[in-house]
Amino acid sequence: MQALTDRVKPVDRRPLNFVEKLYIPAILKGMGITFKHIFQKKATVNYPEETRPFSPVFRGLHILNRDEEGRERCTACGLCAVACPAEAITMEAAERKPGEEKLYREEKYAASYEINMLRCIFCGFCGEACPKDAIYLTETFAPSNYDRKGFIYGKDDLLIPDPKKK
Amino acid sequence: MNIDWFFIIEKIALISGVLALSLGVAMYSTWGERKVAAIIQDRRGPNRAGFMGLLQPLADGGKLFFKEEIIPTLSHRFLFILGPSLAMLVACMTSAVIPWGDTLTIGGRQVSLQVADINIGILYIFGVVSLGVYGIMLGGWASNNKYSLLASIRAASQIISYELAMGLSLIALLMLTGSLSLKDIVEQQRHSYWNVVYQPLGFIIFLICAFAECNRTPFDLPEAENELNGGYHLEYSSMKLGFYLFAEYINMFISSALMASMYFGGYSFPFMDSLGLDANLITILGFVALFIKIICFLFLFMWVRWTIPRFRYDQLMRLGWNIMIPIAIVNMLLTGAWILYKQG
Repeated sequence: MQALTDRVKPVDRRPLNFVEKLYIPAILKGMGITFKHIFQKKATVNYPEETRPFSPVFRGLHILNRDEEGRERCTACGLCAVACPAEAITMEAAERKPGEEKLYREEKYAASYEINMLRCIFCGFCGEACPKDAIYLTETFAPSNYDRKGFIYGKDDLLIPDPKKK
Repeated sequence: MNIDWFFIIEKIALISGVLALSLGVAMYSTWGERKVAAIIQDRRGPNRAGFMGLLQPLADGGKLFFKEEIIPTLSHRFLFILGPSLAMLVACMTSAVIPWGDTLTIGGRQVSLQVADINIGILYIFGVVSLGVYGIMLGGWASNNKYSLLASIRAASQIISYELAMGLSLIALLMLTGSLSLKDIVEQQRHSYWNVVYQPLGFIIFLICAFAECNRTPFDLPEAENELNGGYHLEYSSMKLGFYLFAEYINMFISSALMASMYFGGYSFPFMDSLGLDANLITILGFVALFIKIICFLFLFMWVRWTIPRFRYDQLMRLGWNIMIPIAIVNMLLTGAWILYKQG
């Protein structure tokens, strides 16, 4: 029969000879293999102390950005929610009142902004869609949680701290 | 009647010391087992509790103590509790006749580092080790669980099969030494070569049988997790389970000590009499030497466990009855012939 690939290895089906029946050479060989592994590099990363380096284009948890004066950039246009293939983003818009100019950059802002991290596929389309540079994906990932509600991130979780208040 | 109080105190101290030693070694064998498994599999092993995970055995023990104690309703209550107790008791009893070192001279008294130098030491060990399987059998049977029962049947037949070959391999050794006392055997090796030089085949048979007697891989059929849901201790929880696991490690420690004493010179080490050191110091060094030998054997136990897969039941029986026993008999005949040839 013709072999389909050039990587075919014929199986040796000869009955075991006397030395092989003793099994001892095979056992010693196996123990040699395990012994060699003692000196090999450990595959484990000591997680909390050291982490694997992320690639520079890693996309993790989202942040909502502020401008230089600490005002929220998001204007609740909803383009991110439209762009989102996983339908993970919801928001409610509200009108900026007089006197709130220091808080919100545009006349309209997101009164609530929620991302369901269980639905999110971290594609980054929301950031690409955003006309106001308001949403970015960072280099961290969502920590574990005990219930699903914990994975719905609101504005408190997403907004970066005010640079002026620091 | 004149009671030698110092003798009693000395023996009590020695017994406590040996017990503490076997328990401590058994504790850290669990740590060692996990570490060896880890490094062989390119992992790190326990490293959270204390430096290099050295507190891990304490954490494990604490956990086992605080676990819920469950005795199945349909089990035989008395035997269910007796099982692990017997396993533990028997495991601790064996250490009595092993010579842990030569004599120490403390204030003009000769203190032997052996609890009991009885002239039937090896027979005693055989008797006690044979009792060890009762712990497994009783526990497995009393659990009223078919997997446990299967495991205890396996344990019983396995230990009976391998004890035979073990005894036969030892008879060849005893023909050479002419004594059943472990102290005599070690002293003989101190002044000549180690017995493994005269009895290489016998040693290999004894080693394999020791693996089988301790229910260690590749002969761990009584606790084959993937066939029997855990084996004879399936219904056990809390410290009763802990006792079973602990007894296994103590057995491992004792068989290592036994093998070191019978085949590898026990507490004797090369050139120990030509160093010209103080006798007490030599004794302590001898104890350290014995301990190093024991640790090497423990490592071998673990190394084999993480290398060789488990035997099938029929393979186990064939190896025991068709291979080990004939080889042991041939070894015995060869030894006898050699002794006759040397004499005549």
